[in-house]
Amino acid sequence: MASRFADIPFAPSVEVFELVAKFNADPHPNKVNLSVGAYRTDEGKPWVLPVVRKVEQAMVADDSLTKEYLPITGMPEFCEVATSLVLGADSQAIATKRAGGVQGLSGTGSLRLAMTFLKEQCGAKACLNSKPTWGNHLLMFRHLHYEDIREYRYWDPSTKGLDFSGMLVDFRAAPDKSVVVLHACAHNPTGVDPSHEQWKDICKVVQEKKFYVIFDCAYQGFASGDLDKDAWAVRYFVSQGVELFIAQSFAKNFGLYNERVGNLCVVAATPDALERIKSQVKLIVRGNYSNPPAHGARVVNTTLRDPELYSEWKGCIKTMANRVLAMRKALRDRLEALGTPGKWNHITDQIGMFSYTGLTQAQVAYLVEHYHIYLMKSGRVSMCGLSTSNLDYVAKAMHDAITKITT
Amino acid sequence: MMSKNLDHEYAPIGGSAEFCKEAANLAFGEGNEYVKNNLNATVQGISGTGSLRIGAAFLSKFFPGNKVVYMPSPTWGNHGPIFKHAGLDVASYRYYDKNTCGFDFQGAMDDIKNIPDKSIILLHACAHNPTGVDPKPEQWKEMSQAIKSKNIFPYFDMAYQGFASSDFDQDAMPIRQFLADGHQIALAQSFAKNMGLYGERAGAFSLTCISKEEAERNMSQIKILIRALYSNPPIHGAKIASTVLTTPDLKTQWIGEVKGMANRIISMRKQLQDNLVQLGSSRNWQHITDQIGMFCFTGLNPQQCEKLTKDFHVYLTKDGRISIAGITTKNVNHLAQGIHECSK
Repeated sequence: MASRFADIPFAPSVEVFELVAKFNADPHPNKVNLSVGAYRTDEGKPWVLPVVRKVEQAMVADDSLTKEYLPITGMPEFCEVATSLVLGADSQAIATKRAGGVQGLSGTGSLRLAMTFLKEQCGAKACLNSKPTWGNHLLMFRHLHYEDIREYRYWDPSTKGLDFSGMLVDFRAAPDKSVVVLHACAHNPTGVDPSHEQWKDICKVVQEKKFYVIFDCAYQGFASGDLDKDAWAVRYFVSQGVELFIAQSFAKNFGLYNERVGNLCVVAATPDALERIKSQVKLIVRGNYSNPPAHGARVVNTTLRDPELYSEWKGCIKTMANRVLAMRKALRDRLEALGTPGKWNHITDQIGMFSYTGLTQAQVAYLVEHYHIYLMKSGRVSMCGLSTSNLDYVAKAMHDAITKITT
Repeated sequence: MMSKNLDHEYAPIGGSAEFCKEAANLAFGEGNEYVKNNLNATVQGISGTGSLRIGAAFLSKFFPGNKVVYMPSPTWGNHGPIFKHAGLDVASYRYYDKNTCGFDFQGAMDDIKNIPDKSIILLHACAHNPTGVDPKPEQWKEMSQAIKSKNIFPYFDMAYQGFASSDFDQDAMPIRQFLADGHQIALAQSFAKNMGLYGERAGAFSLTCISKEEAERNMSQIKILIRALYSNPPIHGAKIASTVLTTPDLKTQWIGEVKGMANRIISMRKQLQDNLVQLGSSRNWQHITDQIGMFCFTGLNPQQCEKLTKDFHVYLTKDGRISIAGITTKNVNHLAQGIHECSK
């Protein structure tokens, strides 16, 4: 019997998953995984936040909890507290009821809701993505059949920082009313964030061009250790009256990766507009998966609303952020001590889980093959994969790769 | 689960492999050749809806035939939106006979014969939503032949396995019939009702394939579609489901609990019917116990439904559909009175 689907081609695999599979299959005793974006302890292990464990145990013991469906737009208390977290409890937008949330399937699902809404309800045709950006942003826009998928200059290989002027030129060259995806903090994959002054200029251009703004906010708290600091850009835009979407993920800052906890925060100019937007997003949810999963949202909601748990959680975030910062400093110090050619300040200038090291594809391949150190072809390193026990090994390997391979 | 101190690391894009295996085994039967020979491409989906949506996305992109989904009339209100969101067109085939409050077999067969070859047909495996009307086994056999002769692709929605008759094999019979008849099928399963995992969104999408290589190929494409929707699925509900399905004591307990739910529904149907007869209703209420599953198409018209709500504070949809799950021994008399008064 012939299959109907005999002619469907094999899909290419996603680079990061291929890399992890290779790493897992590698028997080398010194192998290091610097690819995937999930927090690891200094022992290289996943970390379930103690506060999360505590809340989950209390949930198991609570007989009053049921497994009934959540509303289509999610757990209202969760959406409220998540919105408050990113905009600030004293946000004028919240006080005047022009900001609210719809629970989404972590960051990806929330992004998808916003992108779908803008295409279906606002007729969005063009979209702008940083060059580079998280690969899945582009995949999502393609799957939604956006007509004009553009990139804006972002990573400057010569400074290993932001190509700010290129960015603004590309913004101005794009059609008005394009959808622009901005990374709220801890840019993935580069780790390069605009300064406050640069954000102010970006905001002006965004308003000039009447762009639809989607902030991808996957690292609030995780980047600097400070929730308010990491939300500065988002809050600035809101204070300037920009209507925007924020796709919030609680995967990293709560370590709830596999429970898919997210919030699509919507900030509109008026309460009426907010309700209209939410009503349409509700239909998109219904036609895609009916209603979101309860477990993770309940954990986050419980934690954020209890002063003691909230405080404990902030401590956990600081732990994670500080370990990453310590690894950045330690790697930079070692490279500078080894006299590795080039400047290494970008390792500590950059922020968040990832760093665009500036390693070339050839150097990366060398690291993978000779040292069993797994990182992306782009030179992106996940700082979470570094630990006190592998820092020396990685630094020496990088030094070797850079001095030996000059292309 | 808590005592196992599991982490919360990302699940694979296709979800928990153990869950997918158990879900497929439950649907296709213990020891089925598909799971045994890796002939199924099965992924975790966001309950039934999400699983339907994954299949819809896959068919929209890759189905080589007529990209129109023929749905029974009536069907669950969300089926249309799901398929349309994925870019598929929808149409319908006759299903419910309002004169008999039963299955319009002749109408369905006539319409199936007129469906363009190589289209897609949506089938409710058991406990049809919203009518509660299911084809009989012999009718399923004939439908299978008609569908096969026109090379129409069957897409099953199974949200009530075990919940309908309390027998998992019986409820899955149409699926197994179609597979035995040589169809390649798609299936969306929900564990919302039969495991009561509603808000945890445990479900699975399956595609049966003719070779392991084909299953892997289709999986590779399905994963890309999932990645673009939400990256990877929520694990909590699926973990509960797979723990139950793979722990013999728990599975036995579960089967008993599903029987409990199904039996309560069946007994409420009987009580409602008995009460209506006792009240002296001259209408034929046979369909209340003929129909199966959570829902019952009472046969009341919109005006009668409005009166039932206004005068008796009974809330039901305009199409006359009641959820038997909402009936209890404490309210069944009141409900019968109301239905009787509004349908005299």
